[in-house]
Amino acid sequence: MRTPPSLLSLTVDSALLNLSNISDLSPLPEHILLDLFLKTLRAGKLNEKVLKLFIATGKDEVLALIRSLNIRPIVDPVLPTSKSQLKISDDEIDIVIGALRTDLTAFLNDWRPVFSRFHLIIVKDPDLKEELKIPEGFNVDIYTKSDIDRLVGSSSILFYGYSCRYFGFLVSRNKYIVSVDDDCFPAKDKDGSLVDIVAQHAANLTTPATPFFFNTLYDPYRKGADFVRGYPFSLRSGVQCALSCGLWLNLADYDAPTQALKPEQRNSRYVDAVLTVPARALMPMSGINIAFDRELVGPALFPALRLAGEGKLRWETMEDIWSGMCAKVVCDHLGFGVKSGLPYVWRTERGNAIDSLRKEWEGVKLMEEVVPFFQALRLKRTTVKAEDCVIEVAKEVKEQLGKVDPVFGRAAEAMVDWVRLWRAVGSSSS
Amino acid sequence: MADSKVAPTPLLKDELDIVIPTIRNLEFLEQWRPYFQPYHLIIVQDGDPSKTIKVPEGFDYELYNRNDINRILGPKASCISFKDSACRCFGFMVSKKKYIFTIDDDCFVAKDPSGKEINALEQHVKNILSPSTPFFFNTLYDPYRDGADFVRGYPFSLREGVPTAVSHGLWLNIPDYDAPTQLVKPLERNTRYVDAVLTIPKGTLFPMCGMNLTFNRELIGPAMYFGLMGDGQPIGRYDDMWAGWCTKVICDHLGYGVKTGLPYIWHSKASNPFVNLKKEYKGIYWQEELIPFFQAVTLPKECTTVPKCYIELSKQVKAKLGKVDDYFNKLADAMVTWIEAWEELNLPAGKSAESTTANGPIPKK
Repeated sequence: MRTPPSLLSLTVDSALLNLSNISDLSPLPEHILLDLFLKTLRAGKLNEKVLKLFIATGKDEVLALIRSLNIRPIVDPVLPTSKSQLKISDDEIDIVIGALRTDLTAFLNDWRPVFSRFHLIIVKDPDLKEELKIPEGFNVDIYTKSDIDRLVGSSSILFYGYSCRYFGFLVSRNKYIVSVDDDCFPAKDKDGSLVDIVAQHAANLTTPATPFFFNTLYDPYRKGADFVRGYPFSLRSGVQCALSCGLWLNLADYDAPTQALKPEQRNSRYVDAVLTVPARALMPMSGINIAFDRELVGPALFPALRLAGEGKLRWETMEDIWSGMCAKVVCDHLGFGVKSGLPYVWRTERGNAIDSLRKEWEGVKLMEEVVPFFQALRLKRTTVKAEDCVIEVAKEVKEQLGKVDPVFGRAAEAMVDWVRLWRAVGSSSS
Repeated sequence: MADSKVAPTPLLKDELDIVIPTIRNLEFLEQWRPYFQPYHLIIVQDGDPSKTIKVPEGFDYELYNRNDINRILGPKASCISFKDSACRCFGFMVSKKKYIFTIDDDCFVAKDPSGKEINALEQHVKNILSPSTPFFFNTLYDPYRDGADFVRGYPFSLREGVPTAVSHGLWLNIPDYDAPTQLVKPLERNTRYVDAVLTIPKGTLFPMCGMNLTFNRELIGPAMYFGLMGDGQPIGRYDDMWAGWCTKVICDHLGYGVKTGLPYIWHSKASNPFVNLKKEYKGIYWQEELIPFFQAVTLPKECTTVPKCYIELSKQVKAKLGKVDDYFNKLADAMVTWIEAWEELNLPAGKSAESTTANGPIPKK
């Protein structure tokens, strides 16, 4: 004979039927709570509201049961950090090298394990007279002065020296560009393995950036990291990363005065981090080791600021710093992210800092004028394309900085010219 | 140009207090003994005041429990949280030193990748004594560290930096995740040692964790109020967040710097994510309003001191956040109470010191 239902079991069943009307379960003894919880599960009546009710009781055994059953309350709009990364294929990447010396054999051979899968664009400095020496086995297109003259025609832009690489950016037909100076070699990470800068730059560019709020554990999209407590959930999906700025071991990108003062100083600190440079924060973007999404910010990376004494050593240039500040302002305005940190390259000796001092001093002086200008610069809300942003920045440069030093007036002209070139030659879908 | 430090880092043992909130015990101090023993400790005992918390032998300390807090602050004690580590800010208020280092009682000495023990306090002192660079981001991180410098393109006029008000350290092992993240990734451990200190740029907010924190009390002390949390409050685990947002906004206004990164400590205890979820629940929604509020805050030019900035901030909290929840009206009032209490306790010499005798041995001069 079946045992008739007890008063208790009838009560629990009735509670189950009327769960939606119950606002507080904490007065119930724990064993009854557990019974009710299991019955709720079996009846398929566990929803978010009901789960909250049970959790709110604070009873340890109930909480332990929830944990062991792996039931997770979903707190809308909270979502776990998405680890999905855009997959990109090798043929979406161009490696652009500005060749300031003719013999690239050692350089390319050292980079072979990293670069050989990709299409290379090598632009020879128009000032170099001899032929480039390039080892076999690369998928490479070489551009020289005659190509530049033919394609660019008459322009205020000078593609000499370090600026030659921008021609490579112009003619590339791929979505992503990775570019390093020709005096940089692969670095080794803390485990002693070769740093694959292309893989790291690609990872930086294909995971979101987080410019609106600083994450103290740096890039939350890296394995083993996440957003920390206190990071607003609405900002956790991030924005597209348009620019990835890498760093340098051995010879860091110091200016001439610093390097002259500390000739023995070498950068040996491998900082295992990538971080998003916050919105509105300005930074000196070094062109020595960068990657970017050409479709997003191609027009904003240009050779415009040319020092009167610009030379063939990085200490004697400011073109990348200038371009980078404009690019950052454009990214901030358009809502794209800029990351800095990994990957590292190993940068080697070239030239003498003291000899470069006089030439760089001009650049140092100019930076003093440049910073307040960029800090105050705000673009119109109606400007929504990168190329239009550049035109607007150029206009402001001409009006506000043109009177400070003629080099700025020339830079503004070059920026406008660049956009014209970009529209004519550069823009095409990959 | 940054100087390379040849001299060893000063200990600052007569200028720095270590503030520790605790409700359990202070056994963790044994491991920290070689590093902490030269310093004066301020223990803030949370929870039941009738419980005796034993301090390991050989430490110079003052200990305050809830009875002391009530006695010293009288009706103003309402601004100090109960049953939440937010009560630590009472220790900030009663300290007489220039610098404060605060650490949680489940934080231990970490090791760097070479296996060497990390002297967290020494790194904090280095951070706080060297300038910050909030106006322009240095891609090689803290230029004042040994072996680093300002990069090409960094304006020379900005290379002197500004005074550092806060040094925010990080944690290996149990990372400081919120409850939802803990629930989704209960096993994740922070094993990545990032060898960097960096200044958080002006205008950028960040989540300040109170577990491993140093600040210059003379520069920014009154802004380090950890809010109304815990018992009787609708929210918990947002105390340090609140203090961090207020502090950053005020630092940005007054031209002080906030650094983050090294040193690491070893965080050993993972709190219960379900309990955390209950505490944080409201905070998770409210922070969506709080962040835009703090991002948009502007302080008038006339606010030239921290207390003035803080009072002004409390007015804006009331005006703009009061409508989010009545809690913010109470919080705004508590912010004012805090400043009043701070000013009372920290008036210049001449005021009586009897009102601040503590439960532990009287601090030696």
